[in-house]
Amino acid sequence: MLDNAAKPSKPLVQVRDLQMHFPIYSGLFRRQTGAVKAVDGVTFDVMEGETLGLVGESGCGKSTCGRAILRLYDITGGEVAIDGARIGKMSQGDLRPLRPAMQMVFQDPQASLNPRMTVEAIIREPLDEHTKLTAAEKEKKVGELMDTVGLNRRFAKRYPHAFSGGQRQRIGIARALALNPKFIVCDEPIAALDVSIQAQVVNLLEDLQEQFGLTYLFISHDLSMVRHIATRIAVMYLGKVVELAPRGPLYEEPLHPYTKALLSAVPEPDPALAQTRERVVLQGDVPSPANPPKGCNFCTRCPAVMDVCRQIEPTYQEVRPGRFVACHLYESTGTADATAGHP
Amino acid sequence: MTDRDIHADADNLLVAGDPTAPVKAVKARNQWLDVWDQFKTHKGAVASLLFLIFIALFVLIGPWLWGLDPAALDIRNKDVRPIVNALWGAEKVSWAHPMGTDNLGRDLMAQIMQGGRISLAVGAAAMILAILIGTFVGVIAGYFNRLDGILMRLTDLFLALPLLPLLLVMMLLFRDPLRSAFGPEQGIFILIVTGIGITSWMHTARIVRGDVLALKEREYVLAARSIGTPSRRIITRHLLPNVLSPIMVSATLGLATAIITESALSFLGLGFPPDFPTWGKILADSVPRMTAFPERVIWPGLAISLTVLAVNYIGDGLRDALDPRIRGM
Repeated sequence: MLDNAAKPSKPLVQVRDLQMHFPIYSGLFRRQTGAVKAVDGVTFDVMEGETLGLVGESGCGKSTCGRAILRLYDITGGEVAIDGARIGKMSQGDLRPLRPAMQMVFQDPQASLNPRMTVEAIIREPLDEHTKLTAAEKEKKVGELMDTVGLNRRFAKRYPHAFSGGQRQRIGIARALALNPKFIVCDEPIAALDVSIQAQVVNLLEDLQEQFGLTYLFISHDLSMVRHIATRIAVMYLGKVVELAPRGPLYEEPLHPYTKALLSAVPEPDPALAQTRERVVLQGDVPSPANPPKGCNFCTRCPAVMDVCRQIEPTYQEVRPGRFVACHLYESTGTADATAGHP
Repeated sequence: MTDRDIHADADNLLVAGDPTAPVKAVKARNQWLDVWDQFKTHKGAVASLLFLIFIALFVLIGPWLWGLDPAALDIRNKDVRPIVNALWGAEKVSWAHPMGTDNLGRDLMAQIMQGGRISLAVGAAAMILAILIGTFVGVIAGYFNRLDGILMRLTDLFLALPLLPLLLVMMLLFRDPLRSAFGPEQGIFILIVTGIGITSWMHTARIVRGDVLALKEREYVLAARSIGTPSRRIITRHLLPNVLSPIMVSATLGLATAIITESALSFLGLGFPPDFPTWGKILADSVPRMTAFPERVIWPGLAISLTVLAVNYIGDGLRDALDPRIRGM
């Protein structure tokens, strides 16, 4: 499998104990009474040239995590390093020259394009901000980008509302590519598209990765699509990464009870196999991120819950080479090798 | 489907049929032409534009062609009725004064022309000032959370001020220094425009702030931030064009309010000097004898309401024309 053959050499993005809390104000004097812990201590690496899939149910903090890594928010704690530059606490002004290396593709292609700008102006915006090209050079570059993502150059003067969802997503991808980035956060880029168009866009993303040597953080809740595109996969639950593993082993033998439940929900196309499969159905709802349970975040719904789970938070550690899990079931092997997310 | 689209499609077919044909971007059509095309489809807006041009020519070139001095007294020809009254066999009409004269024999048409200059100038200038202040305050308050509280409380403060007494106090305090600095007409013009401008920006500010609050959370603003676009260019490139519609609407309403506020000031005798006609003033002066001479109220009233209506329609058409979704491009 690709997993071992294309073992990436060094981490491009390092995320250490990333925290993103949104304050809750209430009362007469608008005092801070709590915080929504959207992302609460996430640690992982994204290797150069790989695609790290970030999966989880809605509301678990996937998108917030992606945005916090690009510093679209001012993060509450932790550190993010992209290509060696520690950007966690940089001001937006200092961050600006580093922006070309990291870009983002958004979930809703309708909302992520300004309805009052032509396609050309949208794709040109990054060039306007970061390059000193002449108008003619920019126009040429925009044409090239439109070719790259498979859009007809004739449509350069049209407005986003005149395009279909898939075409709009291509415009968004062209905008992200304009500055030759190294790292692209794809925030559910296919969630708002038809299934037939999803495949086109994912294939386009894969082609571009090959062509430009891109590194993706691919956020999605579509497990079969992540299986298709990702090299390694991180599973998030309630603001924390519960399991991180290469694609093959994760789908063959999920370790964390939550991952097991999640994967058992993927429809099995073979009816014979589907009959024999064991479906894990979780009870209850996801606890509020403003008030997570004591101990393990998953202890309220875990089918394999133990007493210790309700008391002590499990450490996120490497239990097998390249496989990280945060669960008490696997903690008996010792906590000494609890290092960061290197494989 | 317009002709343009059909041609474009025909070109596409040609390209599709012949793969060797060089795919060249169609020469960019000026976007303002598209705006004009869309504007033309709004019948009311086009009619209003023509009317506004007519009014503008009437008040700008009119006095020069008409030649009568609006302030010239002609006691012998006082209380001449408008020429239309001849239809039902009226008393005293004259082609020399088609709109009639007032109780001092001053020609009404000349007064309407002269007054229109002032009213339109005051209305437009005060509206532009109010829109500029309102948009600025609204955008800053909506975009920068830290300034939101202060600026909105300032807006509330201005809204809570009783406008007319405030304007009256301003007139009393600043009329004489401004008059001596800029001359009687210029001085009072500046005073009235500033007075109306700084007391009517609040509604625009509130509307713009509300829209900016919603727009700044949109993904395209987030996308601009991820590109590294600085705040000032996010505002000018992404936020302002998208709050254009409410600004446009408040601008047209603002023009109407400004003309009417100026009338109110003139009515109270605190606007322009007594011998200086404006639409509001002509109207105010004629109210005591309105039952005997209704035309003296009707002419300026008609001028004010038609101008305001025309500006509203133009604003409506312009708003549609500037929105690419409605324009269908």
